Amino acid sequence: MSWKKTADAVVIGGGMMGIATAYYLKKLGVKDVALLEKNTVASGSTGRCAASFRAQWGGELNITLGKACIDRFEHLEEHLGVDLDIERYQNGYLLVAYTDKQFEQFKKNVALQNSMGVESQILSHAEAMEICPGMCVDDAAGFSYYKRDGHADPMISTFAYQEASKKIGVRIEKFTEVTGFKVGDGCVRGVVTNKGAIATDTVVNAAGPWAGRVGALAGLNIPAKGERHEILATEPVDWGVCPTMLMSFEPDYYMFQRPHGSILAGCGPNMYRKEAAPFDDYEMEDSWNFLEHMTGHLNKLLPRTRGIRVVRQWAGMYDITPDLQPVIGEADEMKGFWVNVSGARGFMFGPVAGEMVAEKIVKGSTSLPIDEFHWRRYAEGRFLVEPSIA
Amino acid sequence: MSEAKCCCCESDGSFNLAEMENDTVLCRCEEVTLGTARKWIAEGYDTFDEIKRMLRVGMGPCQGRGCRDILLREISQITGRPVSELSPGTIRPPVKPIKVSLVARDYTGGDKK
Ligand SMILES: Cc1cc2nc3c(=O)[nH]c(=O)nc-3n(C[C@H](O)[C@H](O)[C@H](O)COP(=O)(O)OP(=O)(O)OC[C@H]3O[C@@H](n4cnc5c(N)ncnc54)[C@H](O)[C@@H]3O)c2cc1C
Ligand code: FES
Repeated sequence: MSWKKTADAVVIGGGMMGIATAYYLKKLGVKDVALLEKNTVASGSTGRCAASFRAQWGGELNITLGKACIDRFEHLEEHLGVDLDIERYQNGYLLVAYTDKQFEQFKKNVALQNSMGVESQILSHAEAMEICPGMCVDDAAGFSYYKRDGHADPMISTFAYQEASKKIGVRIEKFTEVTGFKVGDGCVRGVVTNKGAIATDTVVNAAGPWAGRVGALAGLNIPAKGERHEILATEPVDWGVCPTMLMSFEPDYYMFQRPHGSILAGCGPNMYRKEAAPFDDYEMEDSWNFLEHMTGHLNKLLPRTRGIRVVRQWAGMYDITPDLQPVIGEADEMKGFWVNVSGARGFMFGPVAGEMVAEKIVKGSTSLPIDEFHWRRYAEGRFLVEPSIA
Repeated sequence: MSEAKCCCCESDGSFNLAEMENDTVLCRCEEVTLGTARKWIAEGYDTFDEIKRMLRVGMGPCQGRGCRDILLREISQITGRPVSELSPGTIRPPVKPIKVSLVARDYTGGDKK
């Protein structure tokens, strides 16, 4: 294929954040949209994640966006007009608190969520057991639950955006790595890649864990980097071993069963690694320590998993930012250089964050609030506070 | 294809063979047919990992031992690139499935079973 040397907008990164941004830019009328991916679409964090979505957040902004994301995932195939099944499954997140302090926070979160139209609940031990029979949580202080939280297939969901984008004419260039930028008079003028240069006045850096590195190529300091997180999958087993997303922030773990039958389970690196945080870790290596630790949690929480076999384990990266909240907006130092980084929730936020960034670029305003996420907040000493993260 | 015709139905066999092959199961663990894989390879999902991500080929209990080579051959035939130049995709540990309880570190302090 011949190389086209210009574009009206270039999106960097073929994860959920990037592919959704490219799709909505084109949808909102930008004529020539190019998406550049150094490997293949869904090969980064998005294709390695647990692909869960929730509205059970503790901050207003996240609840608003989380709710919008659930609305979108519930109708994603129709919304995109594609003949794929993203294997969405909704039977809630069952969040487990192990201390009274955590449980008090859950109660506050649920009150706020309820006031915003998210019908989450505080559950008793008996009610929680009904949702996830067979779990062993005698040491829990309490639970919260929202039935519309759920999960989907990360790859097929991203490919659904890829197929929809191809249909409306987004140019998707795989094995195309951005290696530099052309800039002038405080504006971005183009990108340089291993395949050639593209002149453009609008760039969206959606490189997730690599967004800091991509920003540095333009001389910008984008506060986003990678932190390795591991996950395992068991062989498919009968339905019902873990029918909800069972999750705790402290200790940090999550586990759930996919419609396909596999149980997926993961946790953060602080649970099994000896090095001190912060990690700045771009190796996708998986570890024995993780396997040993995580299977221990599985056995304890779901004793029925003892005889089940682990068939795979792998690692991906969280795209982390200083307050673990999204970093979104146009660089103050460089006109036309946009950033769309999720803060380690890019699967669920991608479909909405992508649309909001596209709206902001095309119309100058957005239908949902994202302005708070600009990273100039760090320079101003403002950190966003979200209680519902590990 | 040779000019030889089938002795009883005049078919030269080539067309039917391809059709029949499309129904052949490429990945037994995940029950994916050759035809489905061919369709997506033609749509541009022409690397092992892309087909794996779209169709779960190679993600079953045998972790691709039964299907990896067949898929690589198909990709090679459709794209015209030799198999030796194709990325065989990632092989993920544990290489043989192991029981959860065999590895588990019992963090409540009990015995490891
Ligand atoms: C184990 C695990 C579980 C997770 N669970 C969840 C979950 O349940 N729900 C959820 O919402 N999130 C979850 N996450 C987080 C989620 O995976 C990420 O937040 C999300 O995938 C980020 O999406 P992205 O599109 O920004 O980044 P990515 O998917 O990483 O995409 C960025 C892309 O940019 C490309 N790239 C990098 N540099 C360049 C360059 N120079 N030129 C061109 N391309 C480049 C990369 O190849 C990559 O494909 C999880 C993550 C992990 C690791
Ligand atoms: S035959 Fe394909 S994974 Fe086993």
